[in-house]
Amino acid sequence: MSETGYLLTLICVIGALTYVIRASFILIGGRMKPAMAFQRALRFVPVSVLPALVMPALFYRNGELAMALSNERLLAGLLAIAVAVFSRSVLWTLSAGMGTLWLLQYMISGP
Amino acid sequence: MRDDRIDSAAHGTADSRRGHFMAGVRAVSPILLGIVPFATISGIAAVEIGMPKGLAIAMSMIMFAGAAQLASVQLLGAGAPGAIVVLTAVVINLRFAMYSASLGPHFQTLSARWKALFAYLLTDQAYAVSIIRFQDGLSAVARKWFYFGAAIALWATWQAGTAAGVFLGATVPASWSLDFAVPLTFMALAVPAIRDAPSAAAALAAGAVAVGAAGMPYHLNIITAAGAGIAVGLMAEAAANRHERKREAEK
Repeated sequence: MSETGYLLTLICVIGALTYVIRASFILIGGRMKPAMAFQRALRFVPVSVLPALVMPALFYRNGELAMALSNERLLAGLLAIAVAVFSRSVLWTLSAGMGTLWLLQYMISGP
Repeated sequence: MRDDRIDSAAHGTADSRRGHFMAGVRAVSPILLGIVPFATISGIAAVEIGMPKGLAIAMSMIMFAGAAQLASVQLLGAGAPGAIVVLTAVVINLRFAMYSASLGPHFQTLSARWKALFAYLLTDQAYAVSIIRFQDGLSAVARKWFYFGAAIALWATWQAGTAAGVFLGATVPASWSLDFAVPLTFMALAVPAIRDAPSAAAALAAGAVAVGAAGMPYHLNIITAAGAGIAVGLMAEAAANRHERKREAEK
């Protein structure tokens, strides 16, 4: 299979499964509710999955653990987390994180 | 004549339908501005990993789920196997089951075709603005058109934003490090969801496990970390509840 064909297949599989999740209880029409244990666990999905995606992107550079100050993504990321906590805004978090990264890259390697 | 009256009682007049539809659009409009950067980043990130433009736009239409789109792109870019990409996206999207269950009773009287469309259009934002209004006791017609207005406005904004990103992304040089916008967007989404001690514990545990287990094959560290975070969150919540009950008993 071609690369594009492979990606399209993946996208369609995810799309179909997502649709099934979305349609599940709407199509049943409110005659059933998800189990309590499932509802309780679900609350923790976003606060678990999102940090799991974020943290390796900050602490790893080119497949190696990089906890030094020379890791500009770690510094920019930590600052962005602080901005996210105070502003609660996607736009401010993006601006602070990208701005800091660009500034540090400019300071380290020059224009 | 009689048929007309029955028809308008069940479906509303054209005017009232438009009114409810526009009320839905208005309710979601403050949120629309906030999703534009998120949508644009999704489009940019997809072409940055080498996805053809048409495919990146198709992904946005077929999946129509921001966090799952970005996570899939990030994992594909890192060379993760397909099964891991699918599993991660599905776990991220499991929350839609909650919204579906919550909205289900409100859409009970709709035809199967409308239900099918409304399921596709279900998002965090459309759910949030609709359920608040539905709890005020709207008629079935009002609920249908309000939700349709909110959900379709969000859909159109999302698709326009990702398409803009797809075309923008193709022109942005790699030295701009725009791939970093993906974890930044996830941060901005995660932080407001951390509301109490159990959710903070879940986030810390998941972040630590994802970094500590980064050497796991097939990028299994992400899904392992998510599982660890959920488990820690549930345990912290159970501990907090026990503590609360003990204090109640001592009073």
